Amino acid sequence: MTSLVEQFQFGLAAPICLTWELTYACNLACVHCLSSSGRRDPAELSTAECKAVLDELERMQVFYVNIGGGEPTVRPDFWELIDYATEHHVGVKFSTNGVKITPAAARRLAASDYVDVQVSLDGADAAVNDAVRGAGSYATAMRAMRNLTDAGVRGFKLSVVLTRHNIGQLDRFKEIADELGAQLRVTRLRPSGRGADVWDDLHLRPADQAQLYEWLRAHGEQVLTGDSFFHLAAYGEALPGLNLCGAGRVVCLIDPVGDVYACPFTIHQDFLAGNVREPGGLQQVWQHSELFASLRRPQAGGTCRSCSAFESCRGGCMAAKFFTGLPLDGPDPECVKGFGTTALSDADRTAAPRPALDHSHLGREARPVPVSIGWGPTPPGAPDRACDENPLAGFVPLGQHG
Amino acid sequence: MSIRPEQFGALLYHFGTRRLSFVKNKTLLAVLRALAEQPSARTACLVAGIDAEELPGYTTALTTLAASTTICERTRP
Repeated sequence: MTSLVEQFQFGLAAPICLTWELTYACNLACVHCLSSSGRRDPAELSTAECKAVLDELERMQVFYVNIGGGEPTVRPDFWELIDYATEHHVGVKFSTNGVKITPAAARRLAASDYVDVQVSLDGADAAVNDAVRGAGSYATAMRAMRNLTDAGVRGFKLSVVLTRHNIGQLDRFKEIADELGAQLRVTRLRPSGRGADVWDDLHLRPADQAQLYEWLRAHGEQVLTGDSFFHLAAYGEALPGLNLCGAGRVVCLIDPVGDVYACPFTIHQDFLAGNVREPGGLQQVWQHSELFASLRRPQAGGTCRSCSAFESCRGGCMAAKFFTGLPLDGPDPECVKGFGTTALSDADRTAAPRPALDHSHLGREARPVPVSIGWGPTPPGAPDRACDENPLAGFVPLGQHG
Repeated sequence: MSIRPEQFGALLYHFGTRRLSFVKNKTLLAVLRALAEQPSARTACLVAGIDAEELPGYTTALTTLAASTTICERTRP
């Protein structure tokens, strides 16, 4: 009999794990944001369209949906959609930075049986966290988690994207989670979205990964990973989870405008399978998109085929390769056998695909704006007196400025 | 509890415990579907066409599902 993992490679009737980003709007501007969020997109799904998607998830028996963003709770219809989902037998797990988790919201969550919440925190102290997630974000997340604890919510998730700056804080994260009655979840930094700009400076170095592997092995199923470190299985033994790249096979992403991508880390035209607004909706995309069909065909494995660890890591994360400019059938950039490091140094990193969409807050980067006092340089042919009678005085045809 | 048929068998999801279970073949799926109307797990297995030699394997599978409260003994009326 073929193993389940082999079966999963050929895809399922519906995703097991579906991520749905409800909005690109976010109060924060985390440097590693996977979806380059900040500003709402005017084409985002309306409340009625979101409910139609939830009806479809119910029909497809998608048992639960991971809701994220942007910051999903800033949508005015957020709670309405959560209630609608659970009334329609779709469980909800949502990710938040905590900005709207007031004591009242926490009590509401405590009363709900089918809604799980996950609060993001990327440092065990304000200095480490706020360097990545922005000033004040540590305090916001900690306040939100206290509210959840005080309201009696148990087992909510404290979710950490691991970087070389917080890898030394694993025990402290665990202590914070234990103290709050929460469960720790650690995930991998991906070079997706704005993450592409900071990946080189933040991603785990080989020694960090070795440390993480031992730590995860010691903590077993107490610490969740969202299966994100399956490439570490090449160290020896697999970590708990499915240990395979689920893109288009067991997972997919619906973005705020209804586009369906292979996974939450692949917001790029090359991994766009369709849109839930098209006839046939998500089911049509999931079952019939050419992209997903190609992801479900047996993968050749390329240069990784000859590696002794291929059966356990299967070449690692597709998104990590794609956005670092590595071939998809070669090693993961963080390959524990060191093949990724070699591949990165051989690759033309400047030719790496860029994340396609950017909803970042304008002026996110403090670029210098050129200003000078005075009238500026005189354009050619412009009048030198204010009383010039020519109706085209000062007119410069488009495209000829600067 | 929700059952989603799949090519290999089915996926089970328990909304209370959030536990996802894999039903690795269609015979086990038939057993699970028969549980509700049959008087015992053994008759559910027999109705699904399982031979006596195969019973221990299915007993183990059902015991695992029962341990995670994905299936449970019905409450008597």
